[in-house]
Amino acid sequence: MRALVLLLVLFVVPAAAGAQDGRVPGPVIPKGKGDQCVAETDYMRRFHMRELTHQRDETMHRGVRAKRFSLKECVTCHASTDPDGQPVSINAPGQFCASCHAYTAVTIDCFQCHASKPERGGQAGLPAPFPVTAATAAETLR
Amino acid sequence: MSGFDLKRRRFMSAAAAAAGVVLAPGVTLYGIGAAARGLDEPASADTRWGLLIDVNQCTAGCDACVTACNEENGLEGHGRPATDAQWIRKVRVRNPKTGTETHLPVMCQHCAEPPCVDVCPTGASFKRADGIVLVDKHICIGCRYCMLACPYKARSFIHEDLSDQKPHAPRGKGTVESCTMCVHRVDAGGTPACVEACGENGNGAMLFGDLNDRDSEISRRIATYATHQIRGDLGVDPGVRYQNL
Repeated sequence: MRALVLLLVLFVVPAAAGAQDGRVPGPVIPKGKGDQCVAETDYMRRFHMRELTHQRDETMHRGVRAKRFSLKECVTCHASTDPDGQPVSINAPGQFCASCHAYTAVTIDCFQCHASKPERGGQAGLPAPFPVTAATAAETLR
Repeated sequence: MSGFDLKRRRFMSAAAAAAGVVLAPGVTLYGIGAAARGLDEPASADTRWGLLIDVNQCTAGCDACVTACNEENGLEGHGRPATDAQWIRKVRVRNPKTGTETHLPVMCQHCAEPPCVDVCPTGASFKRADGIVLVDKHICIGCRYCMLACPYKARSFIHEDLSDQKPHAPRGKGTVESCTMCVHRVDAGGTPACVEACGENGNGAMLFGDLNDRDSEISRRIATYATHQIRGDLGVDPGVRYQNL
């Protein structure tokens, strides 16, 4: 037991601290639009796939289109725009999804089928995409 | 007989959507199910979405519905008509005795007893509570039994890697797909893209509505005029009906 605690202290704690102070290289994650995510960051990091899968079944089979854990909304908020204002694929290298998934070596299959960029322009009957202002675009690229 | 008047329909549905009865402060009774359905509410079996197509209004050269469908759902051909995805197609029917030619759009008929659902080994092919038949591509293994089972040849298999799909219409290689009755629009209280295009750029031959609602335009027309289900003899009870066929 003592050995286990020692192991934890030796490896896990410094690793966690290191990720913050830059001693261990961590993924660089672009900031999303808006003030906060739909849930706490720690929760989203661990359980985003559980929530997405649950939402997926609800939407696909029951027609529930709640926005909170919708993949489309994730992309809308977290996809960056390039200096020309063109949306960048969220699973392109260094982008929101890819940065963590490359770091942890977990393949993403979502975007073989799903759009990895937010919709351009509005569409009749559907909510318009998140407005990208100069300020939010600059914030995203920062 | 004139084609379906889209403008009137829109006005009527807008009026119906607004026709909520306030019973008490904060308690409102809405007369129409679909338009009032919130984002958090599931599709209900009280509704059965269907289409009525007036074949007399559908003309030979017009492909407004097909173009609109391709545009709406991001379907792009690869120059291989035998395998390119087709969610809706124009069919020419000719009576050899009289020489009469009829043109009609055929898409997934959204059967009440869909054979594609019966044969699907994984449960990917399913019918939603409101009668829309869909493929859950997360579960689809691409076996294509449903394509063989469908009497209407309504389904397509995706052979190529795709990119730049529409956010509301995810599509991917190795899965089967078909007309979704524009479920993303319907859930938002809208009408399918083909119906909208037929009204705006075509001949107003298509009508979308709730077959379970006796007061809906589609139900009233079906109750008034003789309509036809393609291969109705199979007993699959399609949700798409044809008038003057």
